[in-house]
Amino acid sequence: MPTFSSTFAEAFMLLFSFDERVAEIVWLSLKVSGAAVVLGTLIGLPIGACLAIGRFPGKSGMIVIMNGLMGLPSVVVGVTVYLLLSRSGPFGSFGLLYTPSAMVIAQTVLVIPLMAAIARQVVEDAWQRYAEELQVMRFTWWQSVTTLLHDCRHSLSVAVLAGLGRAMSEVGAVMIVGGNIDRSTRVMTTAIALETSKGDLPLAIALGVVLIVVILILNAVAFGLRAWAMRRYG
Amino acid sequence: MFPIRVRNLRFQPNGRTVLDGVELELGDEGITLVLGPNGAGKSVLLRMLCGLIQPTAGRIDWGGGARPEGGIMMVFQHPMLLRSSVLDNVALALKPQRVPGAERQRRALAVLERVGLAHRAADSSRQLSGGEQQRLALARAWLTRPRLLLLDEPTASLDPSATAEVERIVREIRTDGTRILMTTHNLGQATRLGDDVIFMSTGKVREHTPVQRFFSRPASEEARLFIQGELPWRMNF
Repeated sequence: MPTFSSTFAEAFMLLFSFDERVAEIVWLSLKVSGAAVVLGTLIGLPIGACLAIGRFPGKSGMIVIMNGLMGLPSVVVGVTVYLLLSRSGPFGSFGLLYTPSAMVIAQTVLVIPLMAAIARQVVEDAWQRYAEELQVMRFTWWQSVTTLLHDCRHSLSVAVLAGLGRAMSEVGAVMIVGGNIDRSTRVMTTAIALETSKGDLPLAIALGVVLIVVILILNAVAFGLRAWAMRRYG
Repeated sequence: MFPIRVRNLRFQPNGRTVLDGVELELGDEGITLVLGPNGAGKSVLLRMLCGLIQPTAGRIDWGGGARPEGGIMMVFQHPMLLRSSVLDNVALALKPQRVPGAERQRRALAVLERVGLAHRAADSSRQLSGGEQQRLALARAWLTRPRLLLLDEPTASLDPSATAEVERIVREIRTDGTRILMTTHNLGQATRLGDDVIFMSTGKVREHTPVQRFFSRPASEEARLFIQGELPWRMNF
């Protein structure tokens, strides 16, 4: 039975020896979550901005639903995407199930409501300040959306970071649609869950350390960029 | 667009009377100052002319026709400043007209020269002083060459030198052929800048007279008290 300290020692040995298994898993995690966050940004932020600026029947209901979906259970998303991508599902012919693409789709679905809800609040605050002037300049609805998204870019980095955190830390959806296949769809969170159940704690801890460090580094970079931009543009 | 005839204009949000049967006629040139105590309805009248607020009753006749699609701009007391350069903030006004980017920047730089801000074109707009921010807002409005420019207290909280610079630009815009309607609480500014004065109180236009006559022989008791600085204390707001 390994001791607590020996487990950590082995975990750090794995890290500092640049273990190939660890590197592969980390790289796939970054690719999948990065792609999901890029897609989530491209889809979620405009949805949030449209909800902030648009005036249409049912807007309040949509905002409530969007806010509610922020806490969407990842296993529910996993099962839904699984059904859509399975052989008998509507998108089964694409053969995406148990591939990294399926994992990207599931994580994108997870992060969109979160990013959209944060973007809506940020853009709505800006819209209250700028609406009259944009209307006087005869900005179209879509021009207002793009202008405000650009102007709120520093505040919206919070939405992107929140999406990244959600994507990188979730395990349920990627486990279901990816299948946790070694050297194919195994990412940090699914590997940690598997290795823990197998009793290979050093690898699980090593991946956990990497996961935390990656998230901290990305947050630090985003914080630095935001601070620089705030000094530059106010 | 001209003459602009305002007929029996009323605005009563939630039953509260803000404009109470405003009657007004504006010709196609000059600078008209809108004076009156706080809550008189001056800013609301400007927003209504700009199309930002719809009246509860009454109508505005634009040279015998409907409200024109363009040609009206408004500068607010606290102008919108996007988190970008001074040049980009000014060029923004041409975005809805789908003017190509390079042409937008060229024209924006030309108007920045005229308001004395060309040397700050690359700076962040948030780094400008209050007076410079208003000059930026005026440049943005001027860039579109509006026929009617509405200015809502553009010099409130500015120091005398910044106020003088804004007044110089307003005169230049007028010389360029733009009709100007401006609210202010600065009576000295009204005498320096205005051709005529609209005096409002409690949602009504009490007087519309040439500026010299307004200050030398105000027709209403309210206007006389306002000029003497006593009106706010004599009325129940």
